[in-house]
Amino acid sequence: MLRATLKSLLARKLRLALSAFAVILGVMFVAGSFVLTDTLGRSFENMFDSAYAHTDVVVAPKPKVDGQYAGDSSPVPGVLTAADQAKIEAVSGVVAAHPIAEAEGARVIGSDGKVVTTVGPPRLGSNWIDGVGGAEIRDGHAPQNDNQVVLNVEQAKKAGLKVGDQVTVLTPGGKRTFELAGTFGYAGGLDGRGGVLEVRFTDKVAQELMLGEPGAYTSFDVDVAPGQSAAAVRDAIAAQTGGAYEVKTGAELAKSIADQFKSVLDGLNKVLLGFGGVALFVGTFLILNIFSITVAQRTKELALTRALGASRRQMIGSVLAEALVVGLTGSVLGLLAGLGVGWVLAMVAANVSGLILAPIALPMSAVIAAFSVGIVITVLAALLPALRASRVPPIAALQEVATPDRPLTKLSVGGGLVTAAGVALMGYGLTGDGHLWPMLGGVMFAFIGVALLSPLVGKPVVAALGRLFSWSVAGKLGRLNSGRNPRRTAITAAALMIGIALITAASTVLTSGDESLRGAANREVHADLLVTGQNSTDVMPTFTRSTMDDIRKIPGVASATSEVYARAMIGKNGHGVSIIDDLPAMAAQFSLKPASATSGTLSALGPNDAIVDTETAVDEGVRVGDTVKVVLPKGDPVEFRIAAIYAENDFYGGYLLGSAALTHLVSPDPAVATITLAGGASESAVRDQVGRLLADNPEVSVMTKGEYLDQASGQIGTLLTMVTILLALAILIAVLGVIITLWLSVLERTRELGLLRAIGLGRAATMRMITVEAVVITLFGTLLGLATGVGMGAAVVRSLKGEGITDFAVPWSQLTAYLVAGALVGVFAAVLPSIKAARTDVLKAIAYE
Amino acid sequence: MSSETTQPAAARADGIWKVYGHGEAQVHALRGVSTAFDRGRFTAIMGPSGSGKSTLMHCLAGLDTVDAGHVFIGDTQVTGLGDAGLTKLRREKVGFIFQQFNLLPTLTAEENILLPMAISGRKPDPQWYDLVIKTVGLGDRLSHRPTELSGGQQQRVACARALVARPEVIFADEPTGNLDSRSSGEVLNFLRSSVHDFGQTIVMVTHDPRAASYADRVIFLADGSIVDELEKPTEGSVLDKMKSLDPGQSPDAATGGADV
Repeated sequence: MLRATLKSLLARKLRLALSAFAVILGVMFVAGSFVLTDTLGRSFENMFDSAYAHTDVVVAPKPKVDGQYAGDSSPVPGVLTAADQAKIEAVSGVVAAHPIAEAEGARVIGSDGKVVTTVGPPRLGSNWIDGVGGAEIRDGHAPQNDNQVVLNVEQAKKAGLKVGDQVTVLTPGGKRTFELAGTFGYAGGLDGRGGVLEVRFTDKVAQELMLGEPGAYTSFDVDVAPGQSAAAVRDAIAAQTGGAYEVKTGAELAKSIADQFKSVLDGLNKVLLGFGGVALFVGTFLILNIFSITVAQRTKELALTRALGASRRQMIGSVLAEALVVGLTGSVLGLLAGLGVGWVLAMVAANVSGLILAPIALPMSAVIAAFSVGIVITVLAALLPALRASRVPPIAALQEVATPDRPLTKLSVGGGLVTAAGVALMGYGLTGDGHLWPMLGGVMFAFIGVALLSPLVGKPVVAALGRLFSWSVAGKLGRLNSGRNPRRTAITAAALMIGIALITAASTVLTSGDESLRGAANREVHADLLVTGQNSTDVMPTFTRSTMDDIRKIPGVASATSEVYARAMIGKNGHGVSIIDDLPAMAAQFSLKPASATSGTLSALGPNDAIVDTETAVDEGVRVGDTVKVVLPKGDPVEFRIAAIYAENDFYGGYLLGSAALTHLVSPDPAVATITLAGGASESAVRDQVGRLLADNPEVSVMTKGEYLDQASGQIGTLLTMVTILLALAILIAVLGVIITLWLSVLERTRELGLLRAIGLGRAATMRMITVEAVVITLFGTLLGLATGVGMGAAVVRSLKGEGITDFAVPWSQLTAYLVAGALVGVFAAVLPSIKAARTDVLKAIAYE
Repeated sequence: MSSETTQPAAARADGIWKVYGHGEAQVHALRGVSTAFDRGRFTAIMGPSGSGKSTLMHCLAGLDTVDAGHVFIGDTQVTGLGDAGLTKLRREKVGFIFQQFNLLPTLTAEENILLPMAISGRKPDPQWYDLVIKTVGLGDRLSHRPTELSGGQQQRVACARALVARPEVIFADEPTGNLDSRSSGEVLNFLRSSVHDFGQTIVMVTHDPRAASYADRVIFLADGSIVDELEKPTEGSVLDKMKSLDPGQSPDAATGGADV
């Protein structure tokens, strides 16, 4: 029996190769993402290992602002002083504790006048200490006075600066120009640490500009006495200082930093696997379809095998064995392709970020995922066709082959139930805090349910779509062909539906978000100009505080307000807070109102006044008139009096503090300014004037409300493009499905095509006929996808009402574009099958047995 | 051979040769066959398996190419036409009836009948259409699909389809090969009456003497050549002729396998 199976496999090489192709693509995606993230992970590990290879023990202060800052867990560190240094150097086994003053936010202006940017890695500013942490001068010398700095080689290259050049650096403490005394790298010939850009000052300048506190340090790099182990010294420091510090060995620190990167990569891997899963899900439809058609076309052969004595189990076994071979082949090839793709992507990522790539390897996880996913999915998809094959009665060998139109009742009832279950599950997943797995399960069930319903839905829809093309005979024949086998058409279309639905859902949610933002901005924002910057790292770009005074002096400016962002501990919790300068103007600009008549007024804030929104006030148990103790990054805690409680809106929530907070920040520079124009003032004139005032702050710019909203829409567009690219594979597999289905149909209808050609159908008309059939299928799939996608999008939008997405918007222009794309995809899918059909040799076709 | 006729022939073969394969395996399916098929006559082509009768018909109909000689349908030279020319020829001058698989399963009987007209964008003459429908006797079955019709009914639909376009010549390839004797009789009667009543020209390949007896003239092929012919045949005279031809047949051709 196995021999017979293998022989019949070889006889149908093409269709098996095509079904294996679907497995290959899906497995490639899955394996590729494992290879990519594994390689990058190991590269980061290597990098941090070598970066801290020369560091024995690191002592850092306990964080000052801890706890869960909304959406961001990075704490604000405390500071260390020379007294701490003495304490640590007193511990036995410690040779020296090198004090380091380091913070993020040292931005170099390159020779082209632009700020040097990174994609993710921080831009650090710190003090230069000879021989610490494996840093070594490559060119020039270390900074010898407060007017000199050194840059790491990578930064100097990116900035286009040479030793001896003047270099301007933006820091939390302001902008300053230095002489570039030298460049440095790290042991092992490294030009930097994984794309991190560094500026090294003298101790005094680093403290002043990066920390804003003279005499302060952020950590100590401890040298351990010869013969002592780093772990022993670490324990000794911890024990003898009473747990006042966070003490780690260099190796631990390397690992904990690498782990942070790895957890980001893990997230990336999950996202990629999600998209790979979609592709494989679509591939399942394709495999199911190919095997179904094959079984249907082989009815006689199967019946003959039964008549010759094969059992039902052997029939099932033979189809499943075929699936196993396809799955195995697809997995092996997919794994190899995934290795290649992962490697190429890792190289690209390394190139962009300046990472030194670890040697490529095939992680076990990729192998396991590839084989389990590839084989399980193929066999699962072949299960139904296998059962059908086993039900072929031996007598069918003797009868004329007729595939009776089985009623769709059972299928449709099942489809309805599965869809309902999916919708219910999705609904549950979207309630409350959101449950990811029920939601994803719901989406999958909904897709399967809709796929089951699609033969029923397809009948009228395909007929209606076909009418569009019925004006020609070829079109009419194509339409009739597409309506001929509702299950085959439906499953082919359903595969396409999935990709389209996901893109449509994403597009609906994002468009609704965009519309909601626009709606809210138009309703609630009464300002005209906005000054802000794009942040590429954790640190928000800021501009010089004194600029605000100049802006207010511009004729035509009615009011201007600014905001400084900071993290603070209030009570026991971490908060993101804003320090504001003109509450009445801001309240007018953003429609802020007191929560109730007894919640105080939004009049000018005193230096030690604060206001808070209703929800936070309830959570924290504060009332108007209460005093709260606020721990800010610098200095002692400050007391603020709650002057008012305001109603939260789309733009403001949380604590807004008075000016007393400013001296407790590293930098008092605002990140955002909002400007309202006086009546009759020219928007563009004021805009240009503000722009000139910001000339010294290259990271921020001024824009009108409309420009800001367009920029937000642009970001949404970028996000949508990325989702579309990631879903392209799923759509490609679906198109492959259309091609295969048509190809098999053409083979199946050879005699019919011969007859049509004999009675005068031309080649071009034959191709048109196949093309219409393809377009009807893809349009049907697209329509199903659009409907399903808008439905899913609507569900998500509803559940996001609390997150500020209040308007539901259907992205009509995108939907139209998808529909057109769907039709084009059909034309594309028809190319090969229609050429095949047009080449039908009339003589052979009619002699065909 | 009656090449000298008062009317120009509907189809004509002029010394046509057809060779399959190369070298040792070379088979001469047709060896310089020349014949003409007069307008308004029903001609049967007979011969044992491998005699070349199907090949002759395929070459006449432009379905297959010849290696030498010329084929004419009416005044159109078929030899040398490209795909577009052949398609035009099939639309305007030729009708086909095959042994089986004659109809498109997706179309009703009526749509099948009108398909060649629709393909070439022509409208049938309503009176002629009604006459054809009446003659094939399918009036109440026109909206049925092929799967709902018997074999004989399907073949009558195929006949009507060939006839309704009024082609120069209809080629029928074993049209009764798959039918029982009663259905065969119906189809053959219909073919004959379309010749005698409507003046249609029909060329039919068959190996059944009874079917051949419905024709006006029978051509006998053996080993790729026309070996004899019979005017106004009866079942008996055809049978006799075939028996007389049998011994003269080369053993190679008799066991020649596929009916090319």
